[in-house]
Amino acid sequence: MFYRETGNFRASYAQDARIFPLALDRVAILVLLALAVLVVPSFASNWLLMAILIPWLILSLAAIGQNIITGYTGQLSIGSAGFMAVGAFACFNFMLRIDGMPFLLAVLLAGLTTALVGVAFGLPSLRVRGLYLAVATLAAQFFIVWTLENVGWFTNYDPAGVMTAQPMVILGYHFASPAEKYLLVLAIVALLALAAKNMARSNIGRSWMAVRDMDVAAEVVGFRLMRTKLMAFAISSFYCGVAGALFAFAYLGTVEPSAFSILLSFQTLFMVIIGGLATILGSFLGAGFILLLPIFLAIFFDFVTGGVFDKALLSAFEVLLFGAFIIFFLIVEPHGLARLWQVAKERLRLWPFPH
Amino acid sequence: MTPLQMFAEVVIGGLMTGLMYSLVALGFVLIYKASTAFNFAQGAMVFFGAATVVGFAELGVPFWFSVLLAVGVMILLGVVTERVVMRPLVGQHEITLFMATIGLAFVVEGLAQLLWGVEVRRMDLGIPDVPIEWILTNTGLLITQFDFFAATVAAVLVGTLAVVFSRTKVGRGLRAVADDHGAALATGIPLQRIWMMVWAVAGIIALVAGMLWASRAGVQFALVFLALKALPVLIIGGFTSVPGVIVAGLLVGVAERMFEVYVGSPILGGGTEAWFPFIFAILFLLVRPEGLFGEKIIRRV
Repeated sequence: MFYRETGNFRASYAQDARIFPLALDRVAILVLLALAVLVVPSFASNWLLMAILIPWLILSLAAIGQNIITGYTGQLSIGSAGFMAVGAFACFNFMLRIDGMPFLLAVLLAGLTTALVGVAFGLPSLRVRGLYLAVATLAAQFFIVWTLENVGWFTNYDPAGVMTAQPMVILGYHFASPAEKYLLVLAIVALLALAAKNMARSNIGRSWMAVRDMDVAAEVVGFRLMRTKLMAFAISSFYCGVAGALFAFAYLGTVEPSAFSILLSFQTLFMVIIGGLATILGSFLGAGFILLLPIFLAIFFDFVTGGVFDKALLSAFEVLLFGAFIIFFLIVEPHGLARLWQVAKERLRLWPFPH
Repeated sequence: MTPLQMFAEVVIGGLMTGLMYSLVALGFVLIYKASTAFNFAQGAMVFFGAATVVGFAELGVPFWFSVLLAVGVMILLGVVTERVVMRPLVGQHEITLFMATIGLAFVVEGLAQLLWGVEVRRMDLGIPDVPIEWILTNTGLLITQFDFFAATVAAVLVGTLAVVFSRTKVGRGLRAVADDHGAALATGIPLQRIWMMVWAVAGIIALVAGMLWASRAGVQFALVFLALKALPVLIIGGFTSVPGVIVAGLLVGVAERMFEVYVGSPILGGGTEAWFPFIFAILFLLVRPEGLFGEKIIRRV
């Protein structure tokens, strides 16, 4: 009744091309952003900011990167953690070796470096598809982590291999407290998510989806396969690289290769599958789900068993439940949480009528 | 020892490791052949199998009987997996099936640790890891009794599978299902039962691989990551070929060993086994996308 198509007139091309055609949607997003920027930093506890919100935003960014390559372009990639590592180390090294390097510029350059690395490891996609390509990206993951661990230059020859990330300073303002870090991460993620949404709706996005659906047909119709696939790898790696830089600087506070293991790669893949392939909202929802599920399970078990059982056994049970949850989700809703949201919106459009 | 002896040892060491990789990869091939699903949980099943054997043995059950019990458990696991995980997902996208098997891997790992605990334990097959005397004295090469045993087991397993696939009615059914599910159904081949059987057999292969690997490395969680190592083997051998997997496993084992010994340790600082098989597989893929023995992928547009 209130959430409806009618009454939303489009009087210009700009209005026609809006991301949110319904006025209520636009209002809702503005309210959400206002809450996120104004209310959350003042009222959220430091734990909530540091342990939940900041990693959620950063992982959503990585999930967007994963979604671009796997959801939109259909190329299965298990190397996102490796690319995040490249981003983190590139940002660290740019800030270390170039005096007076501004933080945002370092992040941008780190993203571009990761894009180049992504293109290099994406070259096999021109020849192989599907699971075979997954192996190529797996190679990227292991090779990148090994290189960062064994080639001393990247870690500045630090004997422990773990470096403290430099402080984030923009125009003289030092982002140190959790609330400040949260706002910085929110700004970067919001901008990049908007860019991704627009890319997905534009010619680039359509070329990616054409390659996903049937790449031979896409080539016949006139899409340049090499350019499309490599562009997908480049942009996806850019997002993963920026996410990695933020992961190290704004969340962990240290730059180390072991934080970017293959488990993180699988996590981003899960986020994208559970959240919904080829949706930007899905990246956020999936990241939230994957981040919150272990926490909920831990709290639930603490509540139910009251700390009676051995911690190791409990964590094994959590792993089991996690896997079971994923299987359940894949069986019940293979298109992910974003689809559930879409169905809900469609029902809401018709409410109170049934059809 | 002479450079030639060192080379021979490296090659033989690589062959042995490669054989073990092949055993793990064999389970993958079976499941992929029958249901075009890439079973990421194979590594977890290897770990689960080994843990089950050791778990039963620790409970006081005599060793070979606990192996039998473990076989039963793996069959049960395979059947339940097919029923609960694979059947509802029939016809879904390849990536969805792959993700489901990753979820399954988590479930099996969690189950293994829940049932049998998280400590690292030893698997004792009763075969000492000592060099075979007459080979050592005659050629100066180090081939242990265990290596020999592993090679024999692998050969017997592969031989049995080859015979089953080509000579028996069941094997023919399996090959029909691998070729075309729809046609197999239409000709009256019991699809569900074949799939259950395939998963059960893959579970048993995982058990054998698990027992062999665990004798070398102990029953520990890291066994799960064997699944990843088996991927290059599958790529190079082709996802659907049993002899291909053996050849490819040996090839990967030897190449990985030789790279590590001659290039990795002296020049690059070691640890190259983590990534070399994958890079090797990529290079191989660029030259031959279907692998050595794989079926040529014909896509109709």
